[in-house]
Amino acid sequence: MSLYFLCLILLAIGIWCLLVKKNLVKKIIGLGIVEYAINLFFILLGYRFDAQAPIIAKDSNSMIMVDPLPQALILTSIVIGLGTTALMVALAVRIYEKYGTFDISEIRKLRG
Amino acid sequence: MKNEQGMSIIVKRITRITVSLIFLFGVYIVLHGHLTPGGGFAGGVIIALSFIHVVLAFGKDFALRRLNEKLASIFESLGAVLFLTVSLLGLFLAGIFFLNVLPKGKPFNLLSSGIILPSNIAIFIKVGAGLFMIFIALAMLRITEGKKGE
Amino acid sequence: MLPLFVVLPLGCAFFIPLFSKIKEEFAKIIGVFCAAGLFILSYIVLFKVRSYPVVYAVGGWKPPFGIALVLDGFSGLLLVVVNLIGFVSIIYSFSYIKRYSNPSLYYTLFSLLLAGLNGVVITGDLFNLFVFLEITSIASYALVAFGTEKEELEAAFKYLVLGNVASIFILLAIALIWARISSLNMADIALSLEIGSYKKLISFALGLFIVGFGLKSALVPFHGWLADAHPAAPAPISAMLSGVVIKTIGVYALARVLFNIIGFNPLISDILMGLGILSMLVGVLLAIGQWDFKRLLAYHSVSQIGYVVFGLGLGNPLGIIGGLFHLFNHSIFKSLLFLNSGAVEYATGTRDLNRMGGLSDNMPVTANTSLIASLSIAGVPPFCGFFSKLLIIIASFQKGAIIGGIICVLVSMITLASFLKVQKYAFRRKEPKMEAKEVAFSMKVAMVILAIICVVAGLGFNHFVNFIIKPAVDVLLAGKNYAISILR
Repeated sequence: MSLYFLCLILLAIGIWCLLVKKNLVKKIIGLGIVEYAINLFFILLGYRFDAQAPIIAKDSNSMIMVDPLPQALILTSIVIGLGTTALMVALAVRIYEKYGTFDISEIRKLRG
Repeated sequence: MKNEQGMSIIVKRITRITVSLIFLFGVYIVLHGHLTPGGGFAGGVIIALSFIHVVLAFGKDFALRRLNEKLASIFESLGAVLFLTVSLLGLFLAGIFFLNVLPKGKPFNLLSSGIILPSNIAIFIKVGAGLFMIFIALAMLRITEGKKGE
Repeated sequence: MLPLFVVLPLGCAFFIPLFSKIKEEFAKIIGVFCAAGLFILSYIVLFKVRSYPVVYAVGGWKPPFGIALVLDGFSGLLLVVVNLIGFVSIIYSFSYIKRYSNPSLYYTLFSLLLAGLNGVVITGDLFNLFVFLEITSIASYALVAFGTEKEELEAAFKYLVLGNVASIFILLAIALIWARISSLNMADIALSLEIGSYKKLISFALGLFIVGFGLKSALVPFHGWLADAHPAAPAPISAMLSGVVIKTIGVYALARVLFNIIGFNPLISDILMGLGILSMLVGVLLAIGQWDFKRLLAYHSVSQIGYVVFGLGLGNPLGIIGGLFHLFNHSIFKSLLFLNSGAVEYATGTRDLNRMGGLSDNMPVTANTSLIASLSIAGVPPFCGFFSKLLIIIASFQKGAIIGGIICVLVSMITLASFLKVQKYAFRRKEPKMEAKEVAFSMKVAMVILAIICVVAGLGFNHFVNFIIKPAVDVLLAGKNYAISILR
């Protein structure tokens, strides 16, 4: 039960970092932490006590395994997170090229 | 010998040995995707890491002479088309999309469990080429700073 | 035949980079082939969903073990909307893309966007919905930043961060629902939620879903990214974004989850009506003071989506008919308005209303189609916007939400005032003479097609509602009984 709270604390740290920091790269890192927290939460939901990894090998004799479905879903989610992070980093590099800074209080051409 | 790009000569010597080992390990993880954890995506990331290792140790031009952007882009599209073909095989042979139509042999063999092995290979080609291209695009953006639209 | 909706645009998106290395023109041909094929398919399918839903089990695995693709009346309506606007936007892009340097990249991203949108509409599985929602979102982030000017990159970054947070909330809500019910199939979850009692969990997941999908559909107070992202994109992409994307991954997904899975109760009705009224008011009040053509249109999008959500939140059959009809109408005339603004920008090079003038002499097609679209969005008979707004207002008085009905009428009048301002400054006044000539043929064809549909849907709205909207309304009103017909 306490492990779920640790995941939510990680989520809160990530959201705090996203809100408070002024550097673009630090915001990207904050979003990365939020994604890790959600993936970890989802995998923890599938844990069963005294169980093994869900792989059938030739010499395994116990049939109590953790739930493999969230592991497949989180693999998809990690790939999606990779794509989004790559796009964000490319955009941040381009913004640095045009504006000359990573500070968001100076990148405010659009307002209203 | 002038080293204008890349790292020192010790790193280059060791890289020549370890790159082939990393490549082999990635191929092992892909081919045994239905027996051990891993599969297409994890193996593809390791293959891309071996190429990035070459870029970091030898410099961008050396790596791009071996595998330039045009070839990597063709590999990426080929991987995607191969995956689509594999999933359409079910539609053509039996009428249901994405059905498992290849023979499922004995368990724990390499050539078992039908459609999973070609899917893994298709994803491995696409992810490897794709991640390599992302890295090259980000690296090239820093160096060619005045050029727009690439 | 159902997987074709996803396989066709994905295949075209994979083939375009290969073939455009041989010759540049292939990108255009494959892109048009993909959009036209989808358009024809969606019409064929429309005739099939009149009576019962079509369920397709991917890979031969029967639901609830495998992923099911479900096609019922609501999906049929949105398929028509998505593919129609996609087809018209691709025709418009023939000449518009000449300003940018990389057409094959544009057509690839556009095909991926179409694949994601179609996938969201026809899936019957919650996690599959999330995957296709992410595909759509990533394609739209890349398309908003397509021109790589200063403002476009900043707008795309804002949109990216907010959209990513919304997707993460949706994933958390799906994780919570899976934790209790151990199933991801929409019909299965609907049936299980009836049997057990999961009060606190469902309330938390409901809140997360409303925040996540509300951000994707730009309801107030989650509308901050819309005003920056929609003007910055190229004009056909603005039309797709404002006309289709915020409806599909926002309103469609919200309605599917709230009506068919969780079930409609007075709490959800109050929340939806409140959000709708807030969006209507804030959107139109922010839109009055704008002098940038596309930014004004983006704020009006917020206001009209408020109408749709208010209509859906009313809950009685007339309200849902009005809401869904307004969804269809809004996609038609808002896309037409964005295409017009793109044509004006293509011809004159500016988006500032203060500097335009005298365009109705030089650009007759653009001026007349924009007049039709402006009258339609303001709710003037006999165009289509009038009938949908009338249905929503009558439904709100039927239910007893008198204040909501009065606010609807008020917002409609302010919308009329705002669009009269646009018409006067951009087209009808004679003062600053601008050197502008009419735009290219493909752009004209696209605008005329949408204007014709605007007029036809208004004049023949009775047949229209019975033919296309009625099956969708039946699905939403059936609520959880939809699940029984899926899991036969």
